[in-house]
Amino acid sequence: MNDDVAIIGIGMHPFGRTDGLSGLEQGAHAVRLALQDAGLTWDAVGVAYGGSQDAGNADALANLLGLTGTPFVNVANGCATGGSALASVVAAIRSGMAEIGVAVGFDKHPRGAFNARPKDWGLEDWYGATGLMLTTQFFALKTQRYLHEHALSDRALVLAAQRSFRNGALNPQAWRRRELSAAEIAESMPVNLPLRKYMFCSPAEGGAALVLCSAKAAHKYTRTPVLVKAALMRTRRHGSFEVFSPALAAEAAPAPTVFAARAAFEQAGVGPADIDVIQIQDTDSGSELIHMAENGFCEHGEQQRLLERGETDIGGRLPINTDGGCMANGEPVGASGLRQVIEVCTQLRGQAGARQVPGRPRLGYTHVYGAPGVSAVTILQAGDTA
Amino acid sequence: MPPHLIASHLLRLDGARPALLGSRCCDCGEVYFPAARGCTRCCSTQIEPFDLGHHGRLWSWTVQDFCPKPPYDGVDNEADFRPYGVGYVELACGIKVESRLTLADPTRLRIGMAMELTLEAYRHDADGTAFHTYAFGPVHGEDAAA
Repeated sequence: MNDDVAIIGIGMHPFGRTDGLSGLEQGAHAVRLALQDAGLTWDAVGVAYGGSQDAGNADALANLLGLTGTPFVNVANGCATGGSALASVVAAIRSGMAEIGVAVGFDKHPRGAFNARPKDWGLEDWYGATGLMLTTQFFALKTQRYLHEHALSDRALVLAAQRSFRNGALNPQAWRRRELSAAEIAESMPVNLPLRKYMFCSPAEGGAALVLCSAKAAHKYTRTPVLVKAALMRTRRHGSFEVFSPALAAEAAPAPTVFAARAAFEQAGVGPADIDVIQIQDTDSGSELIHMAENGFCEHGEQQRLLERGETDIGGRLPINTDGGCMANGEPVGASGLRQVIEVCTQLRGQAGARQVPGRPRLGYTHVYGAPGVSAVTILQAGDTA
Repeated sequence: MPPHLIASHLLRLDGARPALLGSRCCDCGEVYFPAARGCTRCCSTQIEPFDLGHHGRLWSWTVQDFCPKPPYDGVDNEADFRPYGVGYVELACGIKVESRLTLADPTRLRIGMAMELTLEAYRHDADGTAFHTYAFGPVHGEDAAA
């Protein structure tokens, strides 16, 4: 398509904990690497979108990268920050606003579970004070009900976590690079049952950035462009089971992920069976199971069988979270969605080393989900190599 | 002396037993807890108070095993923290209300068990004042039979 937009540069500051380096500095590091990857410098950038949840305003990155006067929009969309930034840059380039655009996300969270303030989410103080406003509780409550409704066992949670850490061990950039046995995961400390310590990702730090331009111009900058066939986000509808919900409606509605996935497949003109490499939100291994089905990659209840057979492994039919996902990389909220995009680009370029999906993957998929019920999806396609 | 409630608008205490208070859309009948000012289903702003009752069935559950950071204020010191149950309880009208549970033992909690509303002292101040919130617990006899 003539108005396709391409990713021509990728850059990351490794996720994890980097004492002494601010979140902004980790974001600037990622932007510099992405520009270097595209053979460009910051003064070539005509538009930038970015954000962090806990590490400051993205447009302050200009203080570190250069005060060039470029329009820089701050994005604050929780877990969908990276996805929203990417979708905005794509639209800006497609509109002719700029030739070169940057999408960036970064973060640096305190240790431990997030502690949201009720008022920021339109809720009353008692909800937080009495101990009901925890994201980990939501993931546990949704997982508990899901396992019950679809006759899945705790074993599925263990298998999903085990695969994430196995993939993370193959990724030199991952934060957690140790494989865990099924027993270590199954016997780890309960956090919010049925979810245990090694079934949850941790809030972390890191930065991720992309450089984009129109697909027509991409070969000026790279031999391996990646086309953005879809990049969009959706918010919740009445009746879906969302984080921070004091009550759920009598009649259930599908999650925002379902609508984001459908719209992305329609926009890209492909279906789930066409996708060669998949990154889905794995805040915890229960969410990963649910998201496998919500994104259309399997039927509800089929997950345990797919995991047992290794079909979600790097060499399987549905390679999921090939870089170890949030479980092995941690979750700096602002950067997490762009990490997924970078992993898909790395796979489509054939540069993923020990974790490379075999058989020249051509189409990739990324998905995030977060509070208060947002989901962002991208579908990416390997461009023709020059 | 009546119990000290953290949020008195959530409950009605004037009957024989406590009842949860919510609201209902006058146009489409959708029910809300806590009481809403607008209907997110049909976008109406015609809302009336609605009594949600005090009985339901456990729809999902977990146990809060670690001490939450503020704004949780159930304990002042982490050493005083005791795990508590959290669940969604499906009420007669179909709404599922999120609630603390009086049980925190995973071997005794199961989806579908009958639950009833009660008051729980979730916080005690240094001077001994107890702060109550709504909670659900097993219907008497149900737990023993399980």
